[in-house]
Amino acid sequence: MGKATRYLLVGLGAVVMLFPFAWAVITSITPSDAVLAVPPDFTPDGASLDAYGKLLDTLPFWRIVANSAWIGAASTTLQLLTSAMAAYAFARLPFPGRGALFAVYLATLMMPLPVLVVPLFIEMRTFNLVDTYFALLAPTIASAFGVFLLRQAINQVPREFDEAAVLDGAGHFRIFVYVVLPLIRPALATFAIFGFMASWNSYLWPLIIIKSPEFMTLPLGLATLHGQFTTEWDVVMAGSVISVVPILILYVFAQKHVIASVAQSGLK
Amino acid sequence: MTLTAVRAKAGGTRERRAPRRRWRHAGTVAVFLLPSLIPLTLYTLIPMVASFWTSLHEWDLITEMRWVGLGNYIELLGDAGTRAAFLHTLYFIAGYLPLVYLGGLGLALLLNRAMPGRRLLRGVYFLPVITSWVVVALMWKWLLNPASGVVNWALGLFGVSGPGWWTDPDWAMPSIIFASAWKDLGFVMIILLAGLQAIPKEFQEAAMVDGAGAVRRFRHITLPLLSPSSFFVVVISLINGFQVFDQVKIMTGGGPGGATQVVVSQIYDLTFRYGRAGAASALSWLLFALVLLVTIVQIRGQRRWVTYG
Repeated sequence: MGKATRYLLVGLGAVVMLFPFAWAVITSITPSDAVLAVPPDFTPDGASLDAYGKLLDTLPFWRIVANSAWIGAASTTLQLLTSAMAAYAFARLPFPGRGALFAVYLATLMMPLPVLVVPLFIEMRTFNLVDTYFALLAPTIASAFGVFLLRQAINQVPREFDEAAVLDGAGHFRIFVYVVLPLIRPALATFAIFGFMASWNSYLWPLIIIKSPEFMTLPLGLATLHGQFTTEWDVVMAGSVISVVPILILYVFAQKHVIASVAQSGLK
Repeated sequence: MTLTAVRAKAGGTRERRAPRRRWRHAGTVAVFLLPSLIPLTLYTLIPMVASFWTSLHEWDLITEMRWVGLGNYIELLGDAGTRAAFLHTLYFIAGYLPLVYLGGLGLALLLNRAMPGRRLLRGVYFLPVITSWVVVALMWKWLLNPASGVVNWALGLFGVSGPGWWTDPDWAMPSIIFASAWKDLGFVMIILLAGLQAIPKEFQEAAMVDGAGAVRRFRHITLPLLSPSSFFVVVISLINGFQVFDQVKIMTGGGPGGATQVVVSQIYDLTFRYGRAGAASALSWLLFALVLLVTIVQIRGQRRWVTYG
């Protein structure tokens, strides 16, 4: 295959990938009365930010963006902490029943979310936690996937490093913080990326547990907007644009690492 | 010598001291484990058990639970709605998997050679992967709008009168399949690209010296050596495919006329629309059993087509 054909194919593909985003931006700045125009207008006259204004009048959208951001950050931080600690215990602390307990962790990894959401909803309702930040965050505090991933990483840290620290009088906490954590930084970064993406994009659980706009995260807020304005595509696209921009900025900075992490997951 | 071995030696006879020594770290172990074990118990293990318990009852989430034993499972297995939900899910997978795999493979092969702008292109293809499902579903619902959508307008330029997409029972599932494949194409591409780059160049060169053409090199070297990556893609895609929900909920809500009602939509509706939490839980376990079965069959069957270099 010639070089020109290759470029043509991947170029066409790139257009297919980028066009929906571009079209969302264009639709969001098209005046409301021109949105449904046929043929579509790619350079709308009288572009306006009215749709963004309407969006902010309908939903507390900045608060929803902030919710997504802080919940994502909190959930990622908590998962990193709890998973790294458990991974250290499974990799370095011998205790009776360790293998069995690790198998229990792995079993939870296989549970699909749909099996869990109904009882989880009932559990939250029993404790009057429906429609709270706590209910949104609680199921994401621990991650069996994280424990598995980080345990693999810790197992690759040579034990001589721990032993040298022991000779210097360090206990498990100091070894964990000063020896192990710095050495598994790439795995921590990988897991942080996966964790943040999962939280930022999560829809099913928020849909079930959150009712009030002030506790919504972006995917749920957008879906609600869509339900309210079936035909007001400019407003829906304005919301989509706002929700893509923050993750896009993060992505531009972390792109190399995000792609490397995903690539690695396929190579084991 | 490991740390434990050093300590065991220093601590005298192992047998006599064993019970106390084994628990010596108990406090430390607890501190390291409990931060994940407590939430995991509360928010995964207990719900797992509760879900199974609920599946043995008839329950509307409000009044008392009523024991029905395996009644929910028996009812679901003979139920037309369940069968339709599984068939729609399989339809989704049958359309989505070949599309996303072949598309991802094609892109990976195109981008496997060094070329200016490759990093940028890779980044562009990966963009939909990091975008949330809700946004992707909304963007595609708008693009595939039957009356004012860009896709039907573009088809019109070629004299093709576009279908009603998500408003047409025959085209609703294809709409969801296209949007899903578009979103995950970059993911599959990255996995396969990493697999391609792990194949030693010498193999291709040796085959070239032996006079093997591009097609034969692809069939006998690239494909077999890429099979572990392909296997990973297929396993992950199937696990996710069986649980398809977000895009369906946004694009069609299971409609029109139930044409895209998938298993997870059915679980959601059984619980929150029809007040049948027991049946919903039973259905979720049937789904889990199916996913588990399919995954085990694949892992067992991988010897037939997966080559580990």
